[in-house]
Amino acid sequence: MTGTLRVLEHHLLVYRRTWKGSVFVSFVSPILFLGAMGFGLGSLISRGPSRTVDGVSYLAFLAPGLLAATAMQSAYVEATYPIMARIQWLRTYEGMLATPIGVLDVLAGEFGWLALRLALGSCAFFLVMLLFGTVHSGLALLAIVVAVLTGLAFATPILAFTATQRKDTSFPFIGRFLITPLFLLGGVFFPIHQLPQLVQDIAWLTPLAHGVALARGLLVGQAPPSAGLHLAVLLAYAAIGVVVARVTLQRRLVP
Amino acid sequence: MARSPTATDALIHARGLTKRFAKLVAVDAIDFDVGRGEAFGFLGPNGAGKTSTMRMIGCVSSPSAGTLRVLGLDPVHDGPQIRARLGVVPQADTLDTELHVDENLFTYARYFGIPRDLARRRAEQLLDFVQLKERARDEVEFLSGGMKRRLTIARALVNEPELLLLDEPTTGLDPQARHLVWDRLYRLKQQGVTIVLTTHYMDEAEQLCDRLVVMDKAKIVAFGSPRSLIDQYSTREVLELRFPIDTTPALDRLDGVAERIEPLPDRVLLYTNDGEAAAVTVHSRGLQPESVLVRRSTLEDVFLRLTGRTLIE
Repeated sequence: MTGTLRVLEHHLLVYRRTWKGSVFVSFVSPILFLGAMGFGLGSLISRGPSRTVDGVSYLAFLAPGLLAATAMQSAYVEATYPIMARIQWLRTYEGMLATPIGVLDVLAGEFGWLALRLALGSCAFFLVMLLFGTVHSGLALLAIVVAVLTGLAFATPILAFTATQRKDTSFPFIGRFLITPLFLLGGVFFPIHQLPQLVQDIAWLTPLAHGVALARGLLVGQAPPSAGLHLAVLLAYAAIGVVVARVTLQRRLVP
Repeated sequence: MARSPTATDALIHARGLTKRFAKLVAVDAIDFDVGRGEAFGFLGPNGAGKTSTMRMIGCVSSPSAGTLRVLGLDPVHDGPQIRARLGVVPQADTLDTELHVDENLFTYARYFGIPRDLARRRAEQLLDFVQLKERARDEVEFLSGGMKRRLTIARALVNEPELLLLDEPTTGLDPQARHLVWDRLYRLKQQGVTIVLTTHYMDEAEQLCDRLVVMDKAKIVAFGSPRSLIDQYSTREVLELRFPIDTTPALDRLDGVAERIEPLPDRVLLYTNDGEAAAVTVHSRGLQPESVLVRRSTLEDVFLRLTGRTLIE
């Protein structure tokens, strides 16, 4: 436990040098997306025949989906290149493991840090949502927790994969063939039920659709009908990721 | 093999120590003991198994077979307790390039659970010790290779270790930087720190090590003090002859000039206790080498004798 805290302390010390840039991005990206898509595209939709999407304004529909999807994207970024750097470019972990700190501390510290970063990013996003007037209930605060959980459901398996890689050439593929398609088809910009059945089925197999559904429900002020299932899927992905990462990182660092 | 201190007071005790990776045997059943206060070296070419051995001692790689005790404890079960009392200087620097020089020492001290105040004081003392005090607030990136190495050594000392493990401490450094590192290591030895190092520089081993083992192809091929190894496996002096290209004479023309003759691609080494006399004999036989050098035997000669190869190809 104390070893985990020491790893967290290290990451915090490094973050003290870089936080300004990352906080800036955390605010700018949601402002741009909600402004351009929510207001811009939203104004077109509000003049169309149905006027709303699933019963709410397009901005209100989009915001919670984007909250979860943003967590997914930062999870992807944080669980690939920086982890690779600490494994073999900067060899930070090798330095840590020469002290009483063990592989489990490294892993727990890393996931703890990821959760913190995701929470910070999601809080910034939530503030922007407040600003855009899409928050109407106290229950909406729980959407931050859902976003963090969605991020972790991606971060833990991706980190497990990163630990098996010797080069960074596969990371853009994850981005192109997993993260971007999910971003577009995971129910963020339009309801999943408008997709062909096969694509719908695939979308529901991934954590994003479940994170989006949960966050969206919480933002309108009620838990969605299958909230338990959504939550279970997110937790399952995160848990499996942790278990596999434990094995792959152990093999990589202490062969 | 290399067992001089008795097993009970040995800081490191290894018997039949073996490390296998998939198909490769990196360390093949080696025996050695390192006593308290000793400076002990693993000398050998790249790929001899030195780093694998160091990683097992450092409890970051578990032995495939054999016995290993470090500080009287079992590296597989007591890893964290052992590592708390070790200092490790890895082959490749693992410094935090995102942090300042002094922050590198501070954060490392925190890994050992050293309180913040003490960590700051110790960072200051150690930067003084490795002569980096003026660079305390600099970015690590802008340090020279030698300075980074000294910072890595300072970092390894942050927990006041009983045993310091150095994997090729001066590889890639210029002569001046090497001498500074050697000087600091010598001081540590004087303070009673036990030092274990790997190197493929024989001058480094001769400078620093009380005892050493020569490793080749995963095995220990010789052990002893640098002096005793030279006495045992080489002659007092070596006569080096270099001939103009394509005129190297048939070796039988050198018969009897020296105890042993070692032809290398670019020169011929004659092992003898009197180099000058051998040189005279060579000339009296009508041979005309381009250059003639008489020198003392080094561990390089020991290695050549034992393996038929030079240390750095």
